Amino acid sequence: MNMNTWRSMDELEDKPAYRDWLQREFPPLASEWTNEASRRSFLKIMGASFALAGLSACTRQPLEKIVPYVRQPEELVPGQALYFATALNLEGYARGILVESHEGRPTKIEGNPEHPASLGASDVFMQAEILALYDPDRSKSVTNGLEISTWDEFLALVVREREKWKSNGGAGLRLLTGYITSPTLLSQIEALLKEFPNAKWHVHEPLATKTPQPIFDVAKAEVILAVENDFLGPGPAQLKYARDFASRRRANSGALSFNRLYVAESTPSMTGARADHRYALGPRALQELGMALATGASLPSWGDPMLADLTRNKGRSLLLVGDSLSEEVRQFALNWNRPLQIAQPLPSRGDSLPELLRDVAAGKIETLVILGGNPAYDAPVDFKFAEKLALVPLRIRLGLYEDETSALCQWRLPEAHSLETWSDARAFDGTATITQPLIEPLYGGKSAHELMAALTGNGMVGGYDIVRQYWHAQHTGDDFEKYWRKSLHDGVVEGTGGGKPSEFAPHGRAETSGSGLELVFRPSPSIRDGRFANNAWLQELPQPFTKITWDNAAMISPATAKRLELSNEDVVDLKYRGRLVRAPIWILPGQADDCVTVHLGYGRTHAGHVGNDVGFDAYALRTSDAPWGGSGLAIVKTGLRHPFATTQHHQSMEGRQQVRVGTLSEFQQHPAAVAQAGEPAPGRDETLYTPVAYKGHAWGMAIDLGACIGCNVCTIACQAENNIPVVGKEEVARGREMHWIRVDNYFEGAPENPRLHFQPVPCMHCENAPCELVCPVGATAHSSEGLNQMVYNRCVGTRYCSNNCPYKVRRFNFLEYDRNRFESAPVLKLLRNPDVTVRTRGVMEKCTYCVQRINRVRLDAEKQNRPIRDGEIIPACAQACPAVAIVFGDINDPQSNVSKFKASPLNYGLLAELNTRPRTTYLAKLLNPNPEVEKA
Amino acid sequence: MKPDLYGFMAEFEQPEELLNAARAAHEAGYRKMDAYSPFPVEGAAEAIGFERTRVPLVVLIGGITGAGVAYGMQYYSAVWDYPLNIGGRPLHSWPSFIPITFELTVLFAAVAAVFGMLLMNGLPKPYHPVFNAPAFKLASQTRFFLCLQATDPQFGERTKYFLAGLNPIAVHEVES
Amino acid sequence: MNAPGQTPVVAPGYDSGSVTRKITDIVLARPLGRGWLGGFAFAFALLMMMNFAIGWLLMRGVGIWGINIPVAWGFAIVNFVWWIGIGHAGTFISAILLLLHQDWRTSINRFAEAMTLFAVACAGLFPLLHLGRPWVFYWLLPYPDTMGLWPQWRSPLVWDVFAVSTYGVVSLMFWYVGLIPDLATMRDRSAPRPLQFIYGVMALGWRGSARHWKRFKMAYLLLAGLATPLVLSVHSVVSLDFAVGIVPGWHSTIFPPYFVAGAIFSGFAMVLTLLIPVRKAYGLQDFITIRHLENCAKIMLATGLMVAHGYITELFMSWYSDDKFDIYMTLNRMFGSYAPAWWLLMFCNVLTPQALWFKKIRTAPVILFFIALLVNVGMWTERYVIVVTSLHRDFMPSAWGSYHGTRWDWMTLIGSFGLFLSLLFLFLRLLPAISITEMRQLVREKKEPQ
Repeated sequence: MNMNTWRSMDELEDKPAYRDWLQREFPPLASEWTNEASRRSFLKIMGASFALAGLSACTRQPLEKIVPYVRQPEELVPGQALYFATALNLEGYARGILVESHEGRPTKIEGNPEHPASLGASDVFMQAEILALYDPDRSKSVTNGLEISTWDEFLALVVREREKWKSNGGAGLRLLTGYITSPTLLSQIEALLKEFPNAKWHVHEPLATKTPQPIFDVAKAEVILAVENDFLGPGPAQLKYARDFASRRRANSGALSFNRLYVAESTPSMTGARADHRYALGPRALQELGMALATGASLPSWGDPMLADLTRNKGRSLLLVGDSLSEEVRQFALNWNRPLQIAQPLPSRGDSLPELLRDVAAGKIETLVILGGNPAYDAPVDFKFAEKLALVPLRIRLGLYEDETSALCQWRLPEAHSLETWSDARAFDGTATITQPLIEPLYGGKSAHELMAALTGNGMVGGYDIVRQYWHAQHTGDDFEKYWRKSLHDGVVEGTGGGKPSEFAPHGRAETSGSGLELVFRPSPSIRDGRFANNAWLQELPQPFTKITWDNAAMISPATAKRLELSNEDVVDLKYRGRLVRAPIWILPGQADDCVTVHLGYGRTHAGHVGNDVGFDAYALRTSDAPWGGSGLAIVKTGLRHPFATTQHHQSMEGRQQVRVGTLSEFQQHPAAVAQAGEPAPGRDETLYTPVAYKGHAWGMAIDLGACIGCNVCTIACQAENNIPVVGKEEVARGREMHWIRVDNYFEGAPENPRLHFQPVPCMHCENAPCELVCPVGATAHSSEGLNQMVYNRCVGTRYCSNNCPYKVRRFNFLEYDRNRFESAPVLKLLRNPDVTVRTRGVMEKCTYCVQRINRVRLDAEKQNRPIRDGEIIPACAQACPAVAIVFGDINDPQSNVSKFKASPLNYGLLAELNTRPRTTYLAKLLNPNPEVEKA
Repeated sequence: MKPDLYGFMAEFEQPEELLNAARAAHEAGYRKMDAYSPFPVEGAAEAIGFERTRVPLVVLIGGITGAGVAYGMQYYSAVWDYPLNIGGRPLHSWPSFIPITFELTVLFAAVAAVFGMLLMNGLPKPYHPVFNAPAFKLASQTRFFLCLQATDPQFGERTKYFLAGLNPIAVHEVES
Repeated sequence: MNAPGQTPVVAPGYDSGSVTRKITDIVLARPLGRGWLGGFAFAFALLMMMNFAIGWLLMRGVGIWGINIPVAWGFAIVNFVWWIGIGHAGTFISAILLLLHQDWRTSINRFAEAMTLFAVACAGLFPLLHLGRPWVFYWLLPYPDTMGLWPQWRSPLVWDVFAVSTYGVVSLMFWYVGLIPDLATMRDRSAPRPLQFIYGVMALGWRGSARHWKRFKMAYLLLAGLATPLVLSVHSVVSLDFAVGIVPGWHSTIFPPYFVAGAIFSGFAMVLTLLIPVRKAYGLQDFITIRHLENCAKIMLATGLMVAHGYITELFMSWYSDDKFDIYMTLNRMFGSYAPAWWLLMFCNVLTPQALWFKKIRTAPVILFFIALLVNVGMWTERYVIVVTSLHRDFMPSAWGSYHGTRWDWMTLIGSFGLFLSLLFLFLRLLPAISITEMRQLVREKKEPQ
């Protein structure tokens, strides 16, 4: 312990680390970054205002007219945030967003209610993009080999190249991109391929090993069976699915129309956590299950009632299978689901990566242009991408970071972030969004459109013109300007939804024969396929079930651990098909026996100073023939240990009923019984004191555990809204993470196949707050509206309040976190929310119910002298939640949504027996199990 | 006899002798006198006619003041000057005000006791004529002294003989 | 006073003169010994180590310690409570035993009071240092603040501020008042002019007048009367830091009495730990006799039994309460990850003192010394168990954590011994370690029979 502390003291000392990564990342810029003065000039060059520099004139607004969501820019009032509609891509699919901009500084991302893939909600990746925008590690200069070059020099090169291509029809020119839905970009690529018929375009997307399944109407499904398919987990359609699923799990609103969810999976997923019946099976067993369903072969004992249930509801039941299952099964599922299919994702176009590499090997390629992606890191290991790439004479890379792939290319062009560029993209259902920049490229990046324009010989055209031209061409009606402005304003282009069905283009399938342990690859729930590896918010986001931060692990079931005599933090060698990776063990209840799950995306070497050397690289085991894993894994103990930084060490409820669960039938018989499971709270009159009367507003919150899918977005939305610092692995390991709202995670029942529960825990804003009583300086006190307020500049830091908080939701600045190696970069000042104080060392902090938002609304209401409307105040967590599990409002107003929630018989207060009178209460979770299965 | 005489001082071996001498002097009508000893001698003060001290009264006043100040301050600040809703507790949470009230009562009383005592004793007093007496150093170690002061109406040359009559070790003249 | 067969509280054959000489000579005549120099150098080195740790603390923040959420209090509070406890013996001896006319207190009260002051000084450091922002500690005091703010009177931490500072001030005055006549003696016995001058100033011109003595005795008596409830109140208030909290393992009404008993217990242990070597080093066996040691031992035994009773009541109550949190806490203390600490404290505080039932042991200085040491360790451990085990697993299992002191925690704790010992060494060299005045009276009283 002492050792650790000692070590961390050095690690918190940001300078060495800082200088170190500078040297590695930008030799040419290192000098400039390490001295204070030029750092400041650098800020100027970036041309965004210093935090709180009130005048919009100081900031570089994009030159073209961008259209705010709520007001016109000429109405820009210093201190008043503006919202702009645009979109972010996840594996090519657009999710519509609204970006909050303060005096030209984008500070917060919210979902766009009018966008089908957002519905006003957001996921962790959308929330974290705002940090990626400012990331000081982003690629900053055009470089050719080791020299800094310029965009013009590059254009000159392109002109020379084009001469060659003209002569040979582009033979030897290759384009490698990720999955693209942008109509404009697609048209540009088409144009290029038309001009140079011998040129080719290849697509590589590490997680999209098969044409994605269509989008189904989960809201209409009575029965769902998900086989290794985490449809509630991260993904292009997560937000819609979560919303639809939750809509069938509401017990507080009149009719009880519950759906039923069966899940069979190898490793616990968010979907599995919501299952009424969950079965932990290894990949082989899952494939057998799938085949049995497809071929009508006999099922395991529990299977028959499930199948009966599915068939009984045929047409209103869904069979969702994962990419790892065989084609037959997927085809069967596709047919089964047709009635509920609502959208067909656009087919991926372009040729595949293997074809490209074949040509490389054959020496057919002179020029390779890589747009985005990071194939050198995430391509299947058997492709040997890196060494093949070296064979290409001219390698051009447009990338956001100087990553593994850039490191192998001569020409490295800084890519502009989606929030810095004009572009467009389609949602899973084809809905197009024209994305508008919120700020001039901070690091002088260029968009893919601008690069394509160069390649197609239109030299220096700006992204704005390119995108506008495209849509102008598409637009048939009159008054294009109106159409354009409306599209920008709404964040969706009218009449572009409803994707058309497509042909199947399979490649890659799970290898499920063979013996030994089975290996399962999963994208990391926090950094996906590794593209978010340099995002400190996401790295520090506790992963569901394991609660691990800053790491990935080889996750095995308790039984398997027992058999192999492994314990948490043991480091093992994973030997798989002649390849070897060294990984620490994590024992995960609910994991299928004899199967090891590893998260992709870690072990990056060129991610940046945040993401480098975090965890191990699971791609090193991932082959093209078995992208989702397979058999033949051997585990060899090394005797080494690797400490994990987890935020929850104890995941049993100890019979304290924090999470209260019942079944639908129980609820129908005795509605009150489920929530009354725990000790009751003492009555209002059981006190010597006269209770404080809260006249006027009384803010309260209700959290519906029946809706929560444990996606963590509340945590990170709160972090973004409230300037919550990242503390790093060492501090997390010491129990000093700063998240104001955490998602607790409990296992219930047998460790082989436990029930999984989530519980978001913010401050309870207790009316009898124990924390306030013990503060010697009155730094935490109650507002007239019942908020438990924390006065940072009065706090002396006795930490007594935290000791006395039964929920342990208070967070303390043990060190100068606002100056640690994650927070100290000057550019990050621009990211801060100006409405929220940045806390200094030695003060306590905690959830405020987003008091800044409450006050903003109050001001507006007063200006228009009207009462505050219900639902007008939305805390960051509630706004982000895809499942609408968090409701906030005035509990003095019986008509308010939150009052209705709290009126539900399922409503209960956490640890209410302590008579803390929490303002935040929970709605118990209801399951809808199949009685026949119970019997079986 | 010299004008700048403070008094005559008799030096004794034993406290009992000091007591007898003091009583004798008092009977003989002397009033302006004082006794000096290395440790408190039972009855010495009474013998020289110093009956009662007002230290206890001062302490009592100190204590009452302390209590008043403490409770008053807490009541005023918590109820009047800056009322805050602290965890739903009443503004006048009197039980919570008790400890500080008690502590300040003790503090004020103790301070009153010490400084009251010093002031009434006229201390600190770096210079005092009795220190001129040759053997007076012993007053803080082993010997006992009785000093009849020149300011007493009965004082005169005979006083010296009177003292000598009490068979002390010695009788000293003390210049002022 | 002297029951037959009992060692006298002062060896026969002394009179005012010899007593005075023997005690003052330690300061005035005795040359600087190698022992003292070495001891002081060692203590001072420790003190410097603490200053280093404190410097780093102020630079980096309390994060250099092991504390976290949920265990937001650690060594700092443990040390504070422990030192304050130590600081109880002095006043207890001088005040309560004075009122009880225990003449054996005479030769040790001065020393014990000094010890009290130094312990309180050490204790006072920690609450300041443990603040997240130590430089604004004064916000806990009522003063005309530009924002018109006040301390929050319901917080036990504010009570602490008043209790501890009152205790410090009163102990200091009590000690100094007792010193005045002795300072006069020092003034009159010291040869070099500067010494005379310094002691003279400190003696405030005391001349032993009968009037002064009468007021002096009255004031001293009243001070004792005031200090008695005070000494009982201080640790009660300190215990309220815990008792007022809702944390299982803290929230208990038995805390005040059982903390007071514990305080006096550890206080006397410390008195013995220091007296036994000191009386040897300065040849004071005639004044600090076996009788003193034995009486201290008896008080340790008594208070030790009270403490044990406290533990038992705690266990019983948590069973009797039928409160799931409390029961879990108790079991966790006994068998959880911190069980060794709990069993250690049981051994040191409950088992060890039982040896004091035997006169043989009570009158064997060396054994007493080691028993006292064990009790000191035990009492520190007790506070560690109370603070840490209660916090690391309270209400929400999802928030459970663990705590370990870092090297900085240890440096500060050990360094505080440095501060304590340095002051003690200086005291022994510069001031009469035994009340001369009271010894004079004592030897007279003892003579009377003959």
